[in-house]
Amino acid sequence: MKILVTVKRVSDPEAKLKIKPDGSWIQTEGVKFVVNPFDEIAVEEALRIKEKQTGEVVVVSIGEKVVTEQMRAALAMGADRGIFVNYTGSYDSYDVANILQKVVEQEKPDIIILGKQAVDDDMGAAGFMLAELLGYPQAAFASKVEISDDKKKAKVTREIDGGLEVKEVELPCVITADLRLNTPRYASLPNIMKAKQKPVKEVTVDALGAAVKPRVTVKKLTEPPKRKGGVKVESVQDLVTKLKNEAKVI
Amino acid sequence: MSKEAVTKPIGGGFLLEPTSAKDIFVPEEFTEEQLSFADTADDFMEKEVIPLQDAMEEHDKKIELNTKLMKKAGELGLLMIEIPEEFGGLGMNLSTALRVSEAIAKSGAFAGSILAHNGIGTLPIVYFGNEEQKKKYLPKLASGEMIAAYALTETGYGSDALSAKTKAVLSKDGKYYVLNGEKQFITNAGFADVFIVYAKIDGEKFTAFIVERKFEGLSTGKEESKMGIKGSSTRPVVLSDVKVPVENVLGEIGKGHQSALGVLDIGRLKLGVASTGGSKEVIKQVAQYTNQRIQFGQPISSFGMIRRKLADMMIKVYASESMSYRTSGMIDNAVHALDHNAPDYSKKAAKIFEDYDIEASIMKVYGSEILGFVVDEGVQSLGGYGYIEEYKVARAYRDARINRIFEGTNEVNRLLIPGAIAKKSMKGELDFMGKFSEISAEAESGKVNKKPEPGFLGVEKLATDIAKKLTVYTTGVAVQKYMAALMDRAFQFGRGEYIFEQLANMIIDVYAMDSVVTRTLKLKNMKGEPAVEIPVLLTRALVYETLNRTTLTARQVLGDVAEDNAAEFAGYEKALSGLALTYPLNVSGIKDKIAQHIIEKESYSL
Ligand SMILES: Cc1cc2nc3c(=O)[nH]c(=O)nc-3n(C[C@H](O)[C@H](O)[C@H](O)COP(=O)(O)OP(=O)(O)OC[C@H]3O[C@@H](n4cnc5c(N)ncnc54)[C@H](O)[C@@H]3O)c2cc1C
Repeated sequence: MKILVTVKRVSDPEAKLKIKPDGSWIQTEGVKFVVNPFDEIAVEEALRIKEKQTGEVVVVSIGEKVVTEQMRAALAMGADRGIFVNYTGSYDSYDVANILQKVVEQEKPDIIILGKQAVDDDMGAAGFMLAELLGYPQAAFASKVEISDDKKKAKVTREIDGGLEVKEVELPCVITADLRLNTPRYASLPNIMKAKQKPVKEVTVDALGAAVKPRVTVKKLTEPPKRKGGVKVESVQDLVTKLKNEAKVI
Repeated sequence: MSKEAVTKPIGGGFLLEPTSAKDIFVPEEFTEEQLSFADTADDFMEKEVIPLQDAMEEHDKKIELNTKLMKKAGELGLLMIEIPEEFGGLGMNLSTALRVSEAIAKSGAFAGSILAHNGIGTLPIVYFGNEEQKKKYLPKLASGEMIAAYALTETGYGSDALSAKTKAVLSKDGKYYVLNGEKQFITNAGFADVFIVYAKIDGEKFTAFIVERKFEGLSTGKEESKMGIKGSSTRPVVLSDVKVPVENVLGEIGKGHQSALGVLDIGRLKLGVASTGGSKEVIKQVAQYTNQRIQFGQPISSFGMIRRKLADMMIKVYASESMSYRTSGMIDNAVHALDHNAPDYSKKAAKIFEDYDIEASIMKVYGSEILGFVVDEGVQSLGGYGYIEEYKVARAYRDARINRIFEGTNEVNRLLIPGAIAKKSMKGELDFMGKFSEISAEAESGKVNKKPEPGFLGVEKLATDIAKKLTVYTTGVAVQKYMAALMDRAFQFGRGEYIFEQLANMIIDVYAMDSVVTRTLKLKNMKGEPAVEIPVLLTRALVYETLNRTTLTARQVLGDVAEDNAAEFAGYEKALSGLALTYPLNVSGIKDKIAQHIIEKESYSL
């Protein structure tokens, strides 16, 4: 069983971010970068499937050279090898899906697992688009994944409003990982050292034959408006008047 | 002695010679792999240890939880960093070990357990064990299958540990030693499997022994109720007729002090860097809290006195971080140059740690005292809430206190600093007195350069140079005057200590100045000037305040040394004015910028 997992480099969700003065993107100086937490869950799930079934876990990352740091982190968790799609420039979810489609066509994995979204731009679209482009069945927001004994199907449990939905999809398929799917393992120190030796293949977008032409572009980033301090009202009457005249909610 | 020997970075050498930025190691040079190690440690502490902190403090759960967490730490490889590869470890250098120790310092109590195992518990075998001992114990200590402890202190012998009374007597058949005595305050005693025990053979020859818990006659007393690091295990270890096979003598008979003190040097460096890690954690909490807490209609992080606290915390942490990694970098370079396959490799490596004993004592004192400062101002910044256990700073405050006491009290380490300089000068490793004559002549004739070189941190480089000269001059004057008295025990431990303490403070301050200036210079060379705005502010504030303090201390020491003889002091006064450097700086303006940065980042971030 071959499983392909995506790994995106994102700013540490705990970091206090500042926007560049021109509003084009965040300031990256001094900011820590990590594996997108949902991708980490995806890697863990792939490793668990592999441990039950035997096979191979391949991680793929797209971006500038620095993204290989996060790819190494996934390899240190236990993934077998990496594919680094070297691409400098902006791209949107559809471009990502396009690039991944080409990777899938070359690698022919049985399962593709993505994080349900990346915590930086929170688009949450690449998984759906990829399944559509490939014409594969998909199961998004997985909280449990079981592979059938004949390795032909995956039973995927999804958390939906008011309960659970269980889907059965045929392989090959696309799955996206939700928060409660698993708790990712730590990369042990010896495995971090071993990860250095694992093969990473570098490819370009051109060599893959993928077209990148962003349909969505970031125009400007702005900070959320600063919250103004509240006021103390003297009486209930005062409150009602303010709600009526100032807030205009009643 | 040759000039060359003095100029290459050697222990204590920073006092006498300018430091070149390219020669020092800075934490910004850590590799991706080293940082990943730290990330694993960080994650492990955050997710596995911190949630158990309260439970670990209960006496009946402490042993079980510590054992469980140590096993897990072992599985992750956190216990094998410094153990050679051929014995199941990773064979990593000291800087790596320090970086991981910094991450582990998030929880004071468990950091105590891990660091005692990794450091003083395991390293005596790494550096002083023979092949069989290494083969037998190291793989198990690396994996966490066995946990180690270090048993030196006794009830009657704490700071004076080498006088310890525990006895070892060789059995008639010559197969084992019989140990009798009681060790006090032993970290990990509740669950350790191996104890490095120091005892005197026939009441004379101070020797180290590897003693297993399962050896008959070894028992541990009741858990101590402590002020802080309550989650760690601290107990007396009682040895009554414990039979220790002769194969378990560690190192040479009568030379136990080598391993006892040798591993303390590494322990002190780790304690220093762990204090840095603990401090960063507190800065984060204080920044977050003071941003949210509103008084007088505005966040308290907008008040000058709170901002000053935040800025001072960051300045000190920057210094201690710079000093720690600079030191480990020097040691790593020296160890790296050794032939790792030579049979005496471990011994030579241990000797290198000893060569940097001045820096190790400096880091122990500086690290533990900045942590003391940070937790104290941290509690203060939270007001009444800082005093309430629900907030993490209260625990950090309690946990911090022990750092000034164990691994050699700060008093003992302050004594060691001028003591080690004297020893190195006597051995000809440092040309201290030569430098002293050079500086006195220069100072008394008013020929000291006081013109900063133009450009980046020019004034700060000059100020550091002046502080070095002031320190060497003051120390030299004291040594000259009291040369004979130093042999006298009453003077040495009595009046002498008043002087040693101040000299130690000056030397520590010089190391701080020298380390931040060279680090910031190096960072500028690595990243360009715009990227080092914050390091520059931190450097300028630290150097300015430290130079002022050094100048004042020099004057006080010389006053003490002159012993109210006005004519004698007049001579010192002349040199002091020759070495005086003052320059104007809006230091509170600088601190306000630093504070603003912390408040925006809500963490220690350069
Ligand atoms: C929680 C905890 C864990 C510990 N873990 C270990 C461990 O794992 N293994 C181990 O062997 N020990 C351990 N210790 C012991 C610790 O190292 C000693 O407590 C410490 O060295 C001080 O010894 P003491 O308590 O006897 O104090 P004392 O030596 O009695 O000192 C009392 C005071 O006198 C000062 N003093 C002593 N001599 C001088 C001097 N010449 N000049 C100036 N001042 C002086 C000291 O600085 C101190 O302020 C631990 C202690 C604690 C509390």
